[in-house]
Amino acid sequence: MSDKSYSLRTPLNVVRHLGAAHGGTHHVMHMRFTAYALLPLTISFVWIVLGLIGKDYNTVRAELSHPCPAIITLLFLLTGIYHMKLGMQTIIEDYVHGESSKHWSLWANTFFCYVIGLSCVYAVLRIGFV
Amino acid sequence: MVEVTPPSLPAARRRPLSPHLGIYRPMLTMMMSIAHRITGAALYVGTLLLAWWLIAIATDAKAYAEVTFVLTSFLGRLVLFGFTWALFHHLMGGIRHFIWDAGKGMDHPEREYLAVATLVGGLVLNVIVWAIAYAVR
Repeated sequence: MSDKSYSLRTPLNVVRHLGAAHGGTHHVMHMRFTAYALLPLTISFVWIVLGLIGKDYNTVRAELSHPCPAIITLLFLLTGIYHMKLGMQTIIEDYVHGESSKHWSLWANTFFCYVIGLSCVYAVLRIGFV
Repeated sequence: MVEVTPPSLPAARRRPLSPHLGIYRPMLTMMMSIAHRITGAALYVGTLLLAWWLIAIATDAKAYAEVTFVLTSFLGRLVLFGFTWALFHHLMGGIRHFIWDAGKGMDHPEREYLAVATLVGGLVLNVIVWAIAYAVR
């Protein structure tokens, strides 16, 4: 104990009581919560897609427009894309260290997830309502 | 409060280094950890295929015929086979993380069993789902 000549934490860090990411409990917990939800949602979505294999366009569209498959698909998409946004954020924070490149990578991750998420949700809603 | 200033070097330069992967003997638990991350990243890119499929259904029969043509080609099936394997492998890895979060399965024999279960479970689930897919086609 007497040999503590320096700490592994920077002085500013000691004052702030925060890690390099300035927070992260909610990240970890949301990763878990979405993962728990994704277990049944993924199995359900795979089941829905299996039921559509080999069917013609009108049948596929009609089946996906039913409320139950549509709601499961929407939940799967929203939960999955939020989960993958958190996951990719972790990958970026682990491997991209430059201040600018990290900033833009995180921006690109958010942008991609919103674009893909909104596109998929729009498509499912259009299948259901149009 | 403990004195935090290092004697000579700044604190940031005296932090311990992570073990270098290059000098590590590959272990199954380690490979499954890496595979979990790689399959996660692959699924990230794979959402483009999912989006294309959904948008095609929302558009018209012609767009759906195009996406079906590409996805049911040999290359398309190969990519989809990899996509579903990544999905099931990641799903199995997730269950392994649930077990760890409960504070179980972290000791020596159990964690090896879990690593094998992740690998085998993902492959078996993938083969079962593709067998069903070919049966109902």
